[in-house]
Formats: sequence, C-alpha cells, structure tokens
Amino acid sequence: MNTGRVHSWDLSTGVDGPGTRFVLFLSGCPLRCLYCANPDTWHMRDGQEMTVDAVMAEIEKYRTFITAAGGGVTITGGEPLLQPAFTAEVFHRCKELGLHTTLDTSGFLGSRATDDLLADTNLVLLDIKAFDVAAYRSLTGAGLAPTLTFATRLSRHGVPVRIRYVLVPGRTDDESAIDGLAAFVAGLGNVECVDVLPFHKLGAAKYEALDIPFPLRDTPTPSPDLVDRVRGQFRDHGVRAF
Amino acid sequence: MTQATRKDTRPPTDPWRGFAGICWHRKIDVRAFIQDNYTPYEGDAAFLTGPTERTQAVWDIVSELRAEERRKGVLDVDAATPSTITAHGPGWIDKDRELIVGLQTDAPLKRAIMPNGGLRMVENGLRAYGYEPDPFVSRVFGTYRKTHNQGVFDAYTQEMRQARKAGIITGLPDAYGRGRIIGDYRRVALYGTTHLIEAKHAECDLLDTQPSTAEVIRDREELAEQIRALAELEEMAASYGCVVSRPAATAHEAVQWLYLGFLAAVKEQNGAAMSLGRSSTFLDVYLARDLEEGRIDETRAQELIDDFVIKLRIVRFLRTPEYDELFSGDPTWVTESLGGIGQDGRTLVTRTSFRFLQTLYNLEPAPEPNLTVLWSPRLPEGFKTFCAQVSIDTSALQYESDDLLRPRTGDDTAIACCVSAMAVGRQMQFFGARVNLAKALLYAINGGRDEMTGEQIAPATEPLAGDHLDYQELNTAYDHVLDWLAATYVNALNVIHYMHDKYAYERLEMALHDHPVHRTLACGIAGLSVAADSLSAAKHARVKVIRDDTGLAVDYVVEGEYPAFGNNDDRVDEIAVDLVRRFMAKVREHPAYRNAEHTQSVLTITSNVVYGKHTGNTPDGRRAGQPFAPGANPMNGRDRHGMAVSALSVAKIPYDQARDGISLTSTITPEGLGHHPGERAANLVGILDGYMAAGGFHLNVNVLDRATLEDAMEHPDDYPALTIRVSGYAVNFVRLTREQQLDVISRTFHGRL
Repeated sequence: MNTGRVHSWDLSTGVDGPGTRFVLFLSGCPLRCLYCANPDTWHMRDGQEMTVDAVMAEIEKYRTFITAAGGGVTITGGEPLLQPAFTAEVFHRCKELGLHTTLDTSGFLGSRATDDLLADTNLVLLDIKAFDVAAYRSLTGAGLAPTLTFATRLSRHGVPVRIRYVLVPGRTDDESAIDGLAAFVAGLGNVECVDVLPFHKLGAAKYEALDIPFPLRDTPTPSPDLVDRVRGQFRDHGVRAF
Repeated sequence: MTQATRKDTRPPTDPWRGFAGICWHRKIDVRAFIQDNYTPYEGDAAFLTGPTERTQAVWDIVSELRAEERRKGVLDVDAATPSTITAHGPGWIDKDRELIVGLQTDAPLKRAIMPNGGLRMVENGLRAYGYEPDPFVSRVFGTYRKTHNQGVFDAYTQEMRQARKAGIITGLPDAYGRGRIIGDYRRVALYGTTHLIEAKHAECDLLDTQPSTAEVIRDREELAEQIRALAELEEMAASYGCVVSRPAATAHEAVQWLYLGFLAAVKEQNGAAMSLGRSSTFLDVYLARDLEEGRIDETRAQELIDDFVIKLRIVRFLRTPEYDELFSGDPTWVTESLGGIGQDGRTLVTRTSFRFLQTLYNLEPAPEPNLTVLWSPRLPEGFKTFCAQVSIDTSALQYESDDLLRPRTGDDTAIACCVSAMAVGRQMQFFGARVNLAKALLYAINGGRDEMTGEQIAPATEPLAGDHLDYQELNTAYDHVLDWLAATYVNALNVIHYMHDKYAYERLEMALHDHPVHRTLACGIAGLSVAADSLSAAKHARVKVIRDDTGLAVDYVVEGEYPAFGNNDDRVDEIAVDLVRRFMAKVREHPAYRNAEHTQSVLTITSNVVYGKHTGNTPDGRRAGQPFAPGANPMNGRDRHGMAVSALSVAKIPYDQARDGISLTSTITPEGLGHHPGERAANLVGILDGYMAAGGFHLNVNVLDRATLEDAMEHPDDYPALTIRVSGYAVNFVRLTREQQLDVISRTFHGRL
C-alpha cells in the first residue's frame, strides 16, 4: 500500500470545492510562488508519513457529516501531484465510498496524473497563476506550459474544472494577459467558473515563524475596483467569475 | 373593540366549519386537530410580503419606547399592583392600529411586580431602577402572605445553603419563577375556555373516587386553581372585547385567542423562560381557511403574524441587575418552535412557518421571540434554504434536531427556554439550573475545600498529594465529589419545586395541560469542556500542582500537550461523554419530587461568564476568572480544525443522557461559509444537515465579522438591532455587559483562510 507525506487535514466550507469537505494537505511543492500562503507545506520531509488506510480511517470519522453536507474530499497541499500514486489511491477509495473528490493543483505536474486518477476525480481546482510566460516564471520559478497542457487534457477527459486566479497588483493584473487567459479558459468547455482571489498577506506570520523573508511583504492587496475589472474581463468572455 | 372586529364582518357562527377529523372533538387534542387539518408547504419564500404601513407605524412606536427603555433600564413599573391575570386594566400601543391586542399592564413596556416568587427580588428590582417599594405590598407579602423564596429557605439544609453560596450549585430558581413550562395556548383558540373548563371538571371528577392522600388533595386543589385561572382569562379577555369562552372563528381570532392565553400566563408568572410552544402550523390551519374563504389576503395574513410578534417582543419582567448580569440583558425566552416532520413523514412546515421567519425582516432582527427551527435533513429544501438565509442575514435562529426529538417526545414537541424539549400540553419540567463541574474537580483536588475561599464545602476528604496530578487518583476523588454534588443538588431542587408548587403555582399554564402531566426534573451541568480538558491534561500530559501555604492547590502548570475537546479526538471526547453519563447516573440515584423523570442539560446560557469568574485556576491551563465555554462548547481557541470538527466532538454527547438538551454555539464569518455569497445558504444547509446527521442536537449559528462586533462595542447606538446567538437564545449584542461582549468576541470565530 502507498504511504504519503501529509502536512495536516481539516474540514472547510465553500472554499476547497462544493459544500463542507475533508481537506487533506500534502507536504511538498515544486513551485515557490512569491505569494504562497502555506510555506510550511513546501517540503515533503516536513510531513508525517501516513498510510492510505490511516487517511481513510480519518475520513471515515467525517463521512456521515460531509456526505449529508453535500461535500466530499479535497486533496491539496503543497502539490498533490508530487505524490500521484498516493493521491490516486486515496481518491479511488473515496469513489468506492461514493464520496465526491476534488483535486487542488497548479497543474505543473499534471503529466504525473494517470487517466485512472482523472477518472476518480469529480472536480479539479486548477491554479493558473499567470498567463504570461515570463510573469509565470518570475512568480513561481517554473514554466507555464505544463499547466496549460494539463488544462487541455482535463478538457479532453471532460473533468469539470474551476480555475483559480490569484490577483497580485503589478504581477498578475496585466489586462491583455488576463484577456488571453479568459479566451483560453472560455475555449476549454469544461470550466465551471473562475475564482478571482485577491492577493492577501495572511500567510506572513508563517514566514516569520519559519524565519523566511516574505517576498511580497510590501506588495499592496488589490483594490475592489481592480478585482471587479478582472472579474469583468472573464465575464466578457462568457465565463462565470467570482 | 379592536380595529379588526370593527372592520371584519361578524364572525361566522360555526368556528369549526370545514375542519376535518373528530378525535379532537371528543377530547382535548390539539395535535390531532393539526394532523387532520394542516397543509404542508414545500415551496420557497417567494410568496411572502413585506411590512404594511400599519405594521410599520405600530413598530415605530415600540422602537421609540424601546430606545427610551434602553436608556433608563426599565421604562416604567407599576410598583403597587401585584400582577394577576386580571390585576391590570386593558392597555394599548396604538388602539386604532393594533390588530392583536393585550398588554401585561395598562401600558406597553410598563412592568408589573410578581411578589409570589419572592418579595426581596421585587424590592431589589424596584430600588435598582429608582422606584420605592409600595408599603402595602411589602406588608402583605412580608406579613400575611408567605412567598416561594421564604418557603425554600425554611427547608434548605445548611449544606444546600453552603453549596449555593460557594457557587458550585447556582442559578437555582429559589427566588424567582422557575419558568420552562409551556401552556398549550392553542387550546384557547381551538376550544374556547368554556369547553376547557368542562374538561378540567371532568378531570376533577376522576379524582373524587380516589382516597384523599396528600398527593390527591394537592391535585384537587391545583385543578380548582386551574379552573379559576381559566375564568380569570375569560374576564381579562373580555376587557379587550374578546369572547374567549367560545372557540376562535377566524384566523384573526385564533391568533388573538392564542395570544390572550399566553398573555394571561405572563401576567401571572415571572418565569425564567416563558415559552410560547409550537403555534405556527396550528395557526396556519386558520390562516389557510380564511385565505380560502377570501376573508383575508397574504398581506393580511402576514400582518397578523407581524402584529402578534410585536406583542411577543415586548414581554417584560421586573428583575434585578444581578439577574440580568447572569443572563445578559432582559431575556424572556418566548421560544417558538418551527418546522419539523410529522410521525407520518409529512413535513410540519407550512406557509406560516415562513411567515414567522419573515418577521425578522419585516420588523428587523430581534432576540425575541426565540425562533427555533426543528431541523431534519428531510425538511423541504425551500424551507431549509430560507432558514439558512435568515441565519446569514440576522443570526437570530437556533436549530434543534427534529430527528432526535420526534421519536422521544413526539411530533408535537416544543422547546422551552433554549433546548428543553417537551410534548406540548402533556409534559412540564421542574427547572433546575446547573452545577459547576469544573469547580467540583477542584474540590476533588482540595479535599472538598473551595479553591477561592479555602472554606470546606463538600465533605472533608484527604486532599490529593504529590507534585503532579495522578489521573486515576484524581478521577476517583472526583467521583466522590460528584456523588455528594448530585445528592445535594437533587435534594435542593426537590425543596425548590415543592415550595414553588405551594406558593407560586402556575395556575393558568397548568390549566392548559392534561392531567396528570408528565414531569421531568431538569438538572444541568456547566464547565463540561473545562473539566474534560483538565482530566485529559492529567491523563495525557503532566500537570504540576502549585499550592499556597495552607496546602490549598491554587494553580497548575501543564507540561506537554494534551488532546483538547473540540477536535473530534476520542482520547478526550470520551472523557466528556463519560462525565455526562456518570453525572446523569448519579442524579438518577436520588428520588425526585412528584416522581419526576430525571434529565439534565449541558447548557449555560451566558452564565458561563459568571461561573468562570467564580472558579479558580483549572488544570487545563485556564486562568482563574476566565469564562467557561458556553454550554457544551469546546474551550475558546482549543478547537483547531474549524466549526464542523468542533461540532462533531459535541455531537458525541449522547442525547439520552442529556435529554434536557446539549447546547452548541458557533460563530462563523460570512467568508467561512464560502467565497461566493450565492453559495453560503446552501453551505449552511449542508453544515446543519451534516451536524444533525452525525447526531448533533442543537446549534446556534452566528454569521458575523469580528470587526462588526468590535465596532458595535464602540458605537452601540449604531447597532440597536444587532442580534447574536448565545448558548440557547439570542440577545441584543449592545445590551450585553462589556465583559460578556469581550467574551463573545474572544470566542472562536470559524473562518478558515
């Protein structure tokens, strides 16, 4: 049986997929996004090793609740596709129990997701962190192409997707890049909506605790007007945006 | 004459025209009438109407009076007239506009005195607000007429007095009305008092054949008092031009008759909780008939409910500032239970269930009446969504599990006060406030001495020795203290209720019950999460004991981590469950007055603040004076996995070991229910479904921002209607003491980022 490196688990409502969900945070992430709110999940070595059985035993404690609450199980991180076999097995076991599954990923490691994993996934929360290649690299330290490839693959498989887009003034607010992203998203056909998430600094305390400098400490949070403009750009392409 | 009786044509001659069924003809059985005649409603809230000009005008008058009352503490008091059902002449808010009439005294918000409970409570209440006690009243109740309070203190033992003074048993109804008795006020509307008096005579006749034992004599005297009270109700109603001797013939009359029944109860009793029962679906039968007959339209139907609710919002009692400090503001717990599912599987939700909720929009949010939704995942979606939306908009609702209630107290159950379930008209309770489980644990450590005063309160035993707490030793010593506590407690309650029956009997409320009635002795526990966490700390971490120079343990240092209640962790949740089971079993060992069935609640209302104030440092790391968590809540900040996980720990407490209710209060930010405002109601529905499906009993839901509350503390005048749920009921936030406001704000806000 597979084991995984798990940072923590929690129950959340209306944030990590529909309803109230069991959210499993895995440890380890290949990206180093400047605005990352969870720097404590960067390294696999920091997680605790758990068997799939142990995870399922924890989920079992909440099964009645999350089922009645119209929720399910979300795997996030870190980057769940850094541990694709573990993620796939947990989802497979969830599907056997009739639980709704949601994968929260940057898509950077999308090629590691097997078709079986996608078949066991009800919803993907796909983080597209920027649509401009250079902006993506400066924000995450990696390339954009794997994410877009994964997005098209999800479209081909007909897996429902919600796009997440973190809006950072001066970094991801470029009008034409957003138009490009909106057009791309509109063309996919499997996207339920786009969540425009205003950049926040609520993770700053974690950086302090870990004694790591928070790179965007001095970056302002976006104004409501800017958030409205960006949501409007998506809507102009016929995409539901919140 | 009311405006309506002037306007409407004369009431039809047959009040029961069109009603189906006959079971309820042959005996008093409101439930059968409802089952035979109500129309379930499975739709949404689109049919509801807003406030009319008339409603707005009446409410504006009340709002102004309430603002003045807030400034003065009480608006006015009649200090010279001990209240009875007929003591005060009629009074009005706005005689030409009111649809539903009747006030407790001759003017709105003018309070009455009720010295039967205790004269000193009345005198202190008067003096606190600048009124002189009336010398005649003081002479009558000081010289000629003994009060409940005097009776109790004549029969209290030394041990009971000490336990009460030390604050290990508190909030006892020994100086005020016990409340938590729900008269079946619907009977007044359905049958009229003539029929009800006949039925009471028939109950009396059955007693005639029995030997005159003390019990039977008491029953006969009580029934005679009940009949007298019904006659007084008739007389009081007549002063408002209402003939309640006959059944109500229209919806307007049904609401009016029902209200007059309730009004008679609040004229006669200053009960801690004066709950209304389960009226909405009953009234819906009348409203539906009038709508069908073309007598009224939807606007008028809503107006009747709005006007009724205005009356329920201005019920007032004269109480002392200390009482108000304990319970926050001026609570009356006019609890109305809505929704639920019938035994036959049909929902009991009707359009009038919606109309009651709509009053929170039409008249702005308010804590009273205490609107309580009997929730089941099987309720119609339209109703569930509307409830959730009302919670999000007003934070004024509480939820109790219909699926736990229905199999035990039936589908005509109503909640008294906050979480106390009873079959309407068939069951009453002897309210017993609560004991302090956290203090009891400290007594176990200190050999029965009080940690604050050093006084010996519980029987002297060997204090625990050693630098660190030994879990087994502690648990054994705790068990002995709990034995003593349960014995002292039940016996004190027996004294209280014997005297309450004797000197402050609820004549009218009991007249609206069957005879014989099923009684429960409602005990209660406070400080559950403090006690459970303290035991968990002793078991799973190490707890160093710090003693003063008299050897009294006064502080504790927790070394290491311990699992805390509220994280769905069985290692500690099982300790909490065991405590509830154990104390219930101990309570059951002691005979209850009038063979009442023993129950208990895990409920503090807002007294968790006062309990905390009177309890020293505890082994879980809580500091002396720090508030307990309310009700069955986990301690503030120790539940680290969000609202749902926290609720699941509480859901493990078995309802059958706490049949008087298990209270959980949760505050969540709007964001915590979802990024998209459009999803939030559905997500809250999901949480309620999930919690109840997992066996949870009660949930108070606040949807609030911390910033809003902080701003309301600074600018109370900007937030006159800001309502929040505390353990079991709602309060106006701006009427809380500063201490209570800070407690509410410091409580866990669930809103994951």
